[in-house]
Amino acid sequence: MDLAIRQMEETANLIRQDVIKMIAQAGSGHPAGSLGMADVLTALYFGDEANLDPQKKHNPKRDRVVLSNAHICPVLYSALARRGYFPIKELMTLRRLGSRLQGHSNNHFDIGIETSGGPLSQGISQAVGMAIAGRMDKSPFHVWCLMSDGEFDEGQTWEAFMLAGKLKLGGLTALIDRNRIQISGNTEDVMPLEIFKKKLKAFNWKVIEINGHKMPLIIKAMRRAKNQSKPTAIICHTIPGKGVSFMENKYEWHGKAPNPKEAKQALEELSKL
Amino acid sequence: MKPISLSKYWMYKTVEKKATRDGYGEGLLELGKSNPKVVVLTADVGESTRVLPFQKKYPNRFVECGVAEQNMMGVAAGLALTGKIPFVSSYAVFSPGRNWDQLRVSVCYSKANVKIAGAHTGVSVGPDGATHQALEDMAITRAIPGLVVIAPCDAEETRKCTLAAAAHKGPVYFRFGREKTPVITVKQTPFKIGQANLCREGYDVTIIACGPLLHQTLMAAEMLAEQGIEAEVINSHTIKPLDAKTIVQSVKKTHCAVTVEEHQLMGGLFGAVSECLAKRYPVPVEPIGMPNKFGESGAPDELLAKYGMTKENIVKAALKAINRK
Ligand SMILES: Cc1ncc(C[n+]2csc(CCOP(=O)(O)OP(=O)(O)O)c2C)c(N)n1
Ligand SMILES: [Mg+2]
Repeated sequence: MDLAIRQMEETANLIRQDVIKMIAQAGSGHPAGSLGMADVLTALYFGDEANLDPQKKHNPKRDRVVLSNAHICPVLYSALARRGYFPIKELMTLRRLGSRLQGHSNNHFDIGIETSGGPLSQGISQAVGMAIAGRMDKSPFHVWCLMSDGEFDEGQTWEAFMLAGKLKLGGLTALIDRNRIQISGNTEDVMPLEIFKKKLKAFNWKVIEINGHKMPLIIKAMRRAKNQSKPTAIICHTIPGKGVSFMENKYEWHGKAPNPKEAKQALEELSKL
Repeated sequence: MKPISLSKYWMYKTVEKKATRDGYGEGLLELGKSNPKVVVLTADVGESTRVLPFQKKYPNRFVECGVAEQNMMGVAAGLALTGKIPFVSSYAVFSPGRNWDQLRVSVCYSKANVKIAGAHTGVSVGPDGATHQALEDMAITRAIPGLVVIAPCDAEETRKCTLAAAAHKGPVYFRFGREKTPVITVKQTPFKIGQANLCREGYDVTIIACGPLLHQTLMAAEMLAEQGIEAEVINSHTIKPLDAKTIVQSVKKTHCAVTVEEHQLMGGLFGAVSECLAKRYPVPVEPIGMPNKFGESGAPDELLAKYGMTKENIVKAALKAINRK
């Protein structure tokens, strides 16, 4: 395997450890989705496909990243810090009074975050707006919208998909965390989404399905997504709580902080990967 | 402060009548030419929000979102965060009614420079009935930090308001009516966001109005004058930020006030004025507006009469306020 991929996998693992430390320190937060999307965020911020650079965070031609499922912001904060947008030690201020790292991500602090989230599915509409603006200006940037499967319960998400499909927004890619959990249970019990891929296709999107933990596959899918004449949905099949045995595939870890003992065990497991 | 110039004909039957929404359409056309950043969105109500001439002239700066107001508000935020000045155009009951959360977070919390135009406000929307008559829009928008709220009084003021909204940095909500109403102001009448206009000088009572009911208010002031009562009339087109200075200055002279709006009596102009005066200079305030009820189908004039928003009601309210001094 090439060195770059190996390094990215190591970065993803460091990000997972950050996530555990941050949420444990804060005493609240959302570990399952954050751990599950660590590989995708690493591909986004440390791979060559997205045009993101902390030195050029105001460049009008930069790619836009929108975190629509903003409850998994710990993984975004860690990726940004490790990529150089702000000091890594600031990660431990998550959710504290006066911190730039609010409980849900926002755009108030010029740390590379484009907009605010929290209410599910608001991000995808904004991402559509950004892609429309890019087309109006003939600007070459790409919009990467990180989403969760739970967001597809919201009507607004489908409204956004319909508009992007109608406008054939090739400048837009949704990276969807298909981890099959939401707050109250498994998605197929709370609100079934299958046949998910067919639904997205029916909205005139290009759909790619991948294992969301395989770095080369994520990168390849992103590369393909950039060259489409319509919007692309990359369904990333992930394991919620990835890397921590007692969290994996357990919806109970959607929004619960590990206690000190659990955090210690989680970090031990992650450091052995 | 000197009263602003008004149309010579405002008092007469021959006064020009035009719907405020037409002023919006005209303002957008001017902006299309003068400001390339301006883009317009609608949710399948382009005709009734008067944005179709803009679409025709600037098709590449127009987004038809379909009947999807929540998404439309978010798309506008995304456009604004990428340098555009989007105008979100729909009926106020749906936008900001249905998409209030998107307005709150995607637009206001994210500091996105979005302009929201709410059409079909007030009972005077008429035959479509209660569901389509926006009477709560000022209350729900006024409560959001950083959002400017404006209710222009006629088509000319709406045109100016549209231009001023584009020039203002930050989110602006403004509302207009469906029916043709008298054009009271003229081209030279000043319009500045946050600065109320003194329309008539007086010393017995201050009547503060917003929206097309300003016309009924000015008529009421003339009726009061016949009884020897001199009302001061203020057009408080901007509900937020309220021009506290102008209002307090007037009330210090008159010692009582009446508010006039086509909106619920909670959370709109009456709310804003009462909050201001309770803190700065407490005096009796009598409100004209929708008394905690839903509207219904009917002719605009019939509805305004049924729910107590005529010049006669304003006269009564003024006398009551004066009596309470
Ligand atoms: C509009 C809205 N409704 C409800 C919530 C509360 N909420 C937060 S996360 C969540 C579950 C969503 O599922 P998903 O995003 O798939 O969760 P994950 O896989 O990250 O555990 C809910 C209902 C919200 N944030 N926004
Ligand atoms: Mg999920």
